[in-house]
Parts: sequence; structure tokens; C-alpha cells
Amino acid sequence: MPIQFEKVSHHYNAGTQFAYVALDEIDLTLKEGKVTAIIGATGSGKTTLVQHLNALLLPTSGKVTVLDRVIDSAEKPKKLKELRKKVGLVFQFPEYQLFEETIEKDICFGPKNFGVSEQEAKKRAHEVIRLVGLDESFLQKSPLDLSGGQKRRVAIAGILAMDPDVLVLDEPTAGLDPQGAQQMMSLFMNLNKKLKKTVLMVTHDMEHVLNYCDEVVVVRDGKIVTHVEVREFFKDTTLLNELHILPPSVIQFREMLNDKGFKLDSSIMDIKTLAKAIAKEVKR
Amino acid sequence: MKQIEIKNLTYSYDHESLAVDHVSFSIEKGSYTTIIGHNGSGKSTIAKLIIGLLEAESGEIFVDGLPLNLENLAAIRSKVGIVFQNPDNQFIGATVRDDIAFGLENHCVEQEKMDDIINRFAEKVNMTRYLDSEPSHLSGGQKQRVAIAGVLAMNPDVIIFDESTSMLDPQGKDEINRVIQELHADKKMTIISITHNIEEVAQSDHVLVLEKGKVVMEGDPKEILLQTDKLIKMNLDIPFSVKMQLELAKNGIKADQYISMEGLVNELCQYNLKK
Repeated sequence: MPIQFEKVSHHYNAGTQFAYVALDEIDLTLKEGKVTAIIGATGSGKTTLVQHLNALLLPTSGKVTVLDRVIDSAEKPKKLKELRKKVGLVFQFPEYQLFEETIEKDICFGPKNFGVSEQEAKKRAHEVIRLVGLDESFLQKSPLDLSGGQKRRVAIAGILAMDPDVLVLDEPTAGLDPQGAQQMMSLFMNLNKKLKKTVLMVTHDMEHVLNYCDEVVVVRDGKIVTHVEVREFFKDTTLLNELHILPPSVIQFREMLNDKGFKLDSSIMDIKTLAKAIAKEVKR
Repeated sequence: MKQIEIKNLTYSYDHESLAVDHVSFSIEKGSYTTIIGHNGSGKSTIAKLIIGLLEAESGEIFVDGLPLNLENLAAIRSKVGIVFQNPDNQFIGATVRDDIAFGLENHCVEQEKMDDIINRFAEKVNMTRYLDSEPSHLSGGQKQRVAIAGVLAMNPDVIIFDESTSMLDPQGKDEINRVIQELHADKKMTIISITHNIEEVAQSDHVLVLEKGKVVMEGDPKEILLQTDKLIKMNLDIPFSVKMQLELAKNGIKADQYISMEGLVNELCQYNLKK
């Protein structure tokens, strides 16, 4: 049951002088169970793209199929509950959306909205708080008393409490310190590997794309430039240059050496293999 | 000459644990200092203490030899500017021009002079063509550049960047780092940058490492960044070139430690030539 975009366009402010084409007839098929990175410059249409996945935005034309559900421009908002339960969307800086008195109430808000009983919602809160790396002692605290990284975990826990099959994250590590970012990425890996969630992630961090993601979708000016497996993507140094993407450090370093006459294979993308290859070439 | 001197500074948010724990350091005029450490280590608290947004429990802060107290607060604030993390939280004006003008208006600068100052600093951060744009039409990096222009327009001696690039995309980060480098090249401005970016640390000339409210390491970037065991123990990032050097050593290649990739690349090339 893949996620499919067929000739999807999205126009903001259609018919006014501010009309703007954010997505331009895109076709895209995303496989289930993968971690896919969505990358592109600011204003390229990444966020618009992911907001179609739970019909927060409807296509101006074309259709989106998510988990057997077809969404097009004629969609009625009332019929979307089921879909929104299955596709959890975490906005940029989700910690700004925490609002309840206690963390438990905040996490329970979503599930209760979808008709889950108070008791069941609380049970889920206890489960998901641990899933995001905090413990149950946090549940009775106010979300305002937490650090930025902790708040973000709580906001993500609120989405996980709805037990979505697809998790869509818009720049989930922006503004976190390196350690916080790494913990966040491990959390998503766990959700993907152990709980088999499909993960889609808008990101600017190429180290994360290389180290954690399976596939990459590149968006530019509302169009899909490429959709490939991560290693294939980083092999294509010409494309990286053309897209003005600064590759991960390992690849930068490899290419700096290659520019100076080394012959290191473009398939090398981790530091250990690169060190071995350099040693081999230097000693030869 | 010392631009900022901090002696035994202490601050607590909850009157129980110390967010800043007996911190002392000084910053030279015209220098570029980076401050690193985990979230919650006290970096931003120190920045807020320096500009008098928070009041210290004990200890002293001197800016240009002037002690920070209620009497000197206005004078010190005119010497120290700050650019915060979130571009959307510090854009006040309806347009770029208005936003840069905000501080000048507060200081009752004449209209004619104001236009001149606005134009000069908009140019400095490369935002001249956006002077009449609204914030909603600007990227995060552009908004941060406007924030910098607003600070520069006040003609401060010190500018503090409090994780000013962490919410920006790679291009935005680049834009801001370039402005910082340019400001530093003039040597007129004292720059303090709170950052997580280890590559930026390598570009500065003085580094402070904070942990649990204390300064645990201080020195020039090379001195600090090559103490890898200590940094790893604190769970802080180390430069890629050092990681690479350590991996190469495991494969029998002995190279010196560098804080930039260029250094290591050059040494490996010489290695290659000698054989």
C-alpha cells in the first residue's frame, strides 16, 4: 500500500494576484516501511508536499493515494478522521503547540479527539512517553517546565499516541544540539525498525540523510528533481553540485583528496572504509 | 585590551541549582569568541547576563571597564548587541527598512541620518534590494541578516550571536557565517558566538567550553578541539579531520592532527608524493 502522488499540483491563493504554484504536477510513489528524506531549498515546496499526506492541504489538481485512501480537490474535510489517525504529521517546532496543563493531558488530547476513551488514552500516554525516551514521572509535569529537546519529544509523543502507520516529520531536528538531534534520529529509527512505521522526513541535514535514511526525494521549484536510494544519490557528485548541496563530511573529504589526484571510489561513504582506502593508496 | 571581563558570576533560575556557577573569563577587544556546550550548560544565560536581561545573583561583569549595574545599564546596552536564535521572534518592523529603523527611532536619531545608516547596514548584510519587503516574504537567513543590520545600526562594540544560525537551512547558515567572518575581518567588532557548529569554532580565535554552568575548558580553537578525549567524554562533537586522523592511525597512517579538513588533505598528499 504505497503512498502515491499522481499529477498533483497545489496553488496557493489561486485566482488572486498572489497566486503561487507550490507544487507543479508531481508524480511520486513512496514505499511503505522505509525512511524517506525530503530535501530541497527553503521555499521549494517540501512542506506543501508533506501536508498533502494527511489532507491538511488538498491538491488543486491531481490525486494523492495514502493507505488506500484517495484524496483529490473535491475531498470533504469531515471524512478525513480515519486518514488523520493513520498519518501522524509533526510540524516544524512542534513544541510551540503544547498547551495543556500537564504532559499527560497534552498527549491524551489527540487520541481523545479521535474517540479513544480517557482510560485508554492515559494508558497510551504511559507507553509513548517511554517510547520517546522520557519516563512516567514526566506525565504530571507542566510541558512548560521542560527543555526545548524534551518539549519536542512530548509533542512527538502526542502524535505517536494516535498510533499512526505513517509518521511525517517536518525538520524534526532543527534547532536541537547535536546530541539532542542524534537522540531524536535514533527514536525515529526505532519506530521504523521495531514498530514498522513508515517515516517521511523533511530535513536539511545531509549527515542524517546519509546515516539514517533509505531514500531521498529532492524537491525544487515545486517539482521532483529526483527520487533515489540514498547511496545512489550521494554517488552523483555532479547532481549534488548542481543542487548546491554540501555533501556529508566523509564525501567532502573524499572528493577533496580525489581533486588532488587520489583515486578513491565514489561508493565509499563511511569513515572506516575511507580510512582503509586512503591507507591502501598511500602505502602502495 | 579587555572588552568584557566576568568575575565569579553566578545565576540561578530556581534558587536551587546554579545555571551559571562561579564563572570567570575575559574577552579581548576585536576578538572572535565561540562558546560551546550542551543545551542547558548556561551559554545563553551568560549572554543574557552580559546584556543585563537577567540580573546576576553574585559576581561582576565589566564592559569596557564599566561595571554592569542599574546606573550603567543603558550605557552597556548601547555597547552590546545581540542576535537571538529564532528569526521570527525578533522581526518587529512591517518592512526590512522599518525593522532596521526600530532601534534608531528609539534613540531619536534624525530622519536624514537614519536613512543613511539604514542603507549602509542593509548593504553590509546584502539586503538592500529587500528594504521594502515584508518579513513574510523573507527566508529565515534573510530575517537574521536584517536582525544583524538592526544591531549594527546601533553601532555597538560587541555583538553576541546566540545560536543565530541553528534554525536556518544550510544556505541561511552560510549567509550568516559569512557576515560574521566579514565583521571579524574588520577587527573593529568584538564577536561572541554561541554555537554547536564545530567548524565555526575552528574559525574563531578564542573558545570557551561550558558544562553545567561552569567554564571547563578555555583556549584557542586548536588547543581545545584537539583535546578529543575530553570532548568525547562530554559528548561534544569533534572536527571531522580529527575523526579521520584517528581512523587513519588505526590503519597505520600517522598524520598530524588538524582542526580543518584542508590541513589533513595536504599532509596526505605529501605522504603520497614521497612514496
